[in-house]
Amino acid sequence: MITVVFSGNIIQNEVGYVISKEHRLMAEVIRINSNIAYMQVFEDTKGVKVDDTVEFSNQMLSVQLGPGLLGQVFDGLQNPLPVLAKKHGFFLPKGAQEGAINMKTKWHFSPLLDPQNQTVRKGMPMGYVQEGIFKHKLMVPFTFDGDYNLEKIADEGDYPADQTIAWLKNSRGQTFELSMVFSWPIKVPIQIYKQKFLPQEPLTTKIRLIDTFFPVQKGGTYCIPGPFGAGKTVLQQLTSRYAEVDIVIIAACGERAGEVVETIRKFPEIKDPKTGRSLLERTIIICNTSSMPVAARDASVYTAATIGEYYRQMGLDVLLLADSTSRWAQAMREVSGRLEEIPGEEAYPAYLESRIAEFYERSGVIEAIDGEKGSLTIGGTVSPAGGNFDEPVTQSTLKVVGAFHGLSRDRANARRFPSIDPLDSWSRYQGFIDQEQLERAKKVLHKGNEVNQMMKVVGEEGTSMEDFVVYLKAEFLDSVYLQQNGFDPIDASTSLKRQQYVFNKVCRVLDFDFSFDQKPHARQSFYQIRQIFIDWNYKEFESQEFKTQESRIDNFLNEFNKPEQLKINK
Amino acid sequence: MRKVYSKITSIVGNVITVKASDVAYEELAEVKTSWGTSLAQVIKLEGDVVSLQVFSGSRGISTDDEVRFLGQPMRVAFSQNLLGRIFDGSGQPRDKGPALTDNLIEITGPAVNPSKRIIPERMIRTNIPMIDVFNSLVVSQKLPIFSVSGEPYNELLARIALQAEVDMIVLGGVGLKYDQYMYFKNTLESSGALNRSIFFVHTAADPIVEGLMVPDLCLAVAQEFALGGKEVLVLLTDMTNFADALKEIAITMEQVPSNRGYPGDLYSQLARRYEKAVDFEGAGSITVLAVTTMPGDDVTHPVPDNTGYITEGQFYLRAGRIEPFGSLSRLKQQVNDKTRQDHRAIMDGMIQLYAQYKETGEKKAMGFRMSDWDRKLLKYGEIFESEMMDLSVNISLEKALDKGWKILAECFQPQETSFRSELIEKFWPKSF
Repeated sequence: MITVVFSGNIIQNEVGYVISKEHRLMAEVIRINSNIAYMQVFEDTKGVKVDDTVEFSNQMLSVQLGPGLLGQVFDGLQNPLPVLAKKHGFFLPKGAQEGAINMKTKWHFSPLLDPQNQTVRKGMPMGYVQEGIFKHKLMVPFTFDGDYNLEKIADEGDYPADQTIAWLKNSRGQTFELSMVFSWPIKVPIQIYKQKFLPQEPLTTKIRLIDTFFPVQKGGTYCIPGPFGAGKTVLQQLTSRYAEVDIVIIAACGERAGEVVETIRKFPEIKDPKTGRSLLERTIIICNTSSMPVAARDASVYTAATIGEYYRQMGLDVLLLADSTSRWAQAMREVSGRLEEIPGEEAYPAYLESRIAEFYERSGVIEAIDGEKGSLTIGGTVSPAGGNFDEPVTQSTLKVVGAFHGLSRDRANARRFPSIDPLDSWSRYQGFIDQEQLERAKKVLHKGNEVNQMMKVVGEEGTSMEDFVVYLKAEFLDSVYLQQNGFDPIDASTSLKRQQYVFNKVCRVLDFDFSFDQKPHARQSFYQIRQIFIDWNYKEFESQEFKTQESRIDNFLNEFNKPEQLKINK
Repeated sequence: MRKVYSKITSIVGNVITVKASDVAYEELAEVKTSWGTSLAQVIKLEGDVVSLQVFSGSRGISTDDEVRFLGQPMRVAFSQNLLGRIFDGSGQPRDKGPALTDNLIEITGPAVNPSKRIIPERMIRTNIPMIDVFNSLVVSQKLPIFSVSGEPYNELLARIALQAEVDMIVLGGVGLKYDQYMYFKNTLESSGALNRSIFFVHTAADPIVEGLMVPDLCLAVAQEFALGGKEVLVLLTDMTNFADALKEIAITMEQVPSNRGYPGDLYSQLARRYEKAVDFEGAGSITVLAVTTMPGDDVTHPVPDNTGYITEGQFYLRAGRIEPFGSLSRLKQQVNDKTRQDHRAIMDGMIQLYAQYKETGEKKAMGFRMSDWDRKLLKYGEIFESEMMDLSVNISLEKALDKGWKILAECFQPQETSFRSELIEKFWPKSF
């Protein structure tokens, strides 16, 4: 935090550079008071002196939007990290900056408009380039208000991103030359669309517990609060890998660097099952890990949201995963503390709630200017202090999201993964499973939990056989369906079709009228069927092995109540 | 020659202010008092008012004492001569060796570029089954040991220091009791490990500000060795003292406290240190193990809580054993598929059963009748505790896995466990 005496005009949230010896340190104006500006420096301020010069840029903190963002790894201020690495080696030196978009790469441009004195407005696609598997639309920059006349457009051909491809004229006769790249301030949502819809289509994560029980929809929001060690990040990683969307943006905000590394290093090798291309081609990583400067952490979630909105504008389904929003909130708290603002609960600033709401509100399904539908889904993890959900960040987040996947330390300790608590979590979105069937399954879980609590008090012998079977059924549902082995190549991702199929089978067991005379016998039987089911989960869907294993389940159930089978063979 | 200032305008806690110009943020200064000379660091600049944090504390400082700015931030000498040496929290020798002044390096360097990091994939064997089997330690990992005062955490650290497969050890003590410092020194000395170790020790008797420097000193030195190709293990004890020192300074500086008096940037401060753990591609690595004592055995206390969010897992030390619940090595999945086919299955399966044993134990304590299954669990739990969990067990990973199957077979039928059938066929001991 520095204070600067300035002359002339400056803008709130304007970017300036502190000239400290040979370094140029980027900073953002966060408060202006007569001729004094308070600025948050995005770098380590070691070595800065009183009387150092600050240069103002006359621009709000912005990101570059254009082709070539996909597959990139940026820091919170959109500096491409691999480029910095090539230049500076192992470390991130102070004040190092690089352009987000490689201007040397040539893109094959195809115009969509004729230059027949056509009127264009912001957000209208003028042409496109092929970026990986996507048609990257080149739109009239979002900062261009009003009507413009398209004077000239480049012919189809290969151009670098910074070459002029269109010439516009406004009503006052000014001409503008447009390249493929333009910038947009990150803290301002892009709201250029015909209309915004309610989320309606399911977003498949291939995680059974989420898709079946607590679904998320495209354009919706959800949050994953959980204590440390409960598996938030693993869950996010699995989602980023298997979710059925066009583009995934991972905002690693103030978390461990090691977690990002896994994504950076592994994604190029993993094939996207849908397209057969490398997963990295549909991924953008914004990483401002915990050891990187705190102020840029605040910027990183906005950078991610802005890029997400940009791709949504092209009619694509984008999923933004923010890990973790608590670190972002803490960065806000640090800044607020330095401004000596009156602290709210747990010293978070009073505007915490509205900032969180604003951020999640950037999600949604839209109809773009050209009629294409795109969506931005936001999933944020929350790291509540002490794992206690009654803290400001979790509570503010719960108010605005559509689904809550609460992770439980008890489930994590018992190695039940994903450790989403099936009793506490909720989703306001409609899933693909029949509602009534789902309610039955949920009821078994709740009842099973009650019985389990009761058994802790009255013991197994004090529990009726009927209750005991419910308890076993709940345990069965938990171990064969809710739990999923994220490290097994097959079990890690379950398609909707398979979920529906397996869930029906699970429900058959849940609805099955078992009769036992002794509890050990009941327990043994459930262990047997559980074993068959778990093995089933590891078989490839609709393969021969899958069918063989399935027939074992059917046999088990069909033969179960026949008297001669009652005796369990050892 | 730098300018000398001799008018100290205020002394609050360990922070003094002087009026001075051309001073850089985090620059060092020397304060000369009638008691001796101490280093101090610039922590705030406001116009020409410079606030300095005095390493040896403000006691005995007179308002006309001399403050001389050194024009550079805190640095430490780096050379091979560091090995086998013991220093204090300001980098001065604590043993009888000479002070080192050549090849000075800055102690808080820039962060590592995440895109230059590599996926950790080498296990560090410690021959402690609770670590090797259940929560493997991995090169470049940062792991705290959560513990209450009185647990043998320093003994555990010393044992890991002796047994872990690394090139060298850097030990940082913050607020270490003198006898614990001697314990480390003697243990490493008697086993001949001292000459591959470097100590930076701040004892409880030293000025608190010096303790703040210890992690940075250790990690700066470790980083240089790692860049030179060494596999370095950094042991820090105890990071709660470090956080308390941060708290003390923050309160002196009248910062708004966030949680139980700790400053709002506690997370970032801790993360900046822990994130120094790294595996340099084509060079060495830094692995960090740090003791974090939990005041009142409360893991939701701000220090362990923030630590848990930063580190790649944690070991809980309770009743002299590494607790299987809660203890977690987040990186174990990177290595435990390359050891032996049954490693993961044993790791999960045995813990699931142990969890059931704990539940049964509770039921038993409440006086319920025990079923056959309960009795099996009780038997299992006891064997597991004595033959696996006990810290004195010192066997290789493979032997520990074999032992795991043996314990299971002693207590259960194969189908009572939830192992995959092919593993049971291959590993379940046939003689039972």
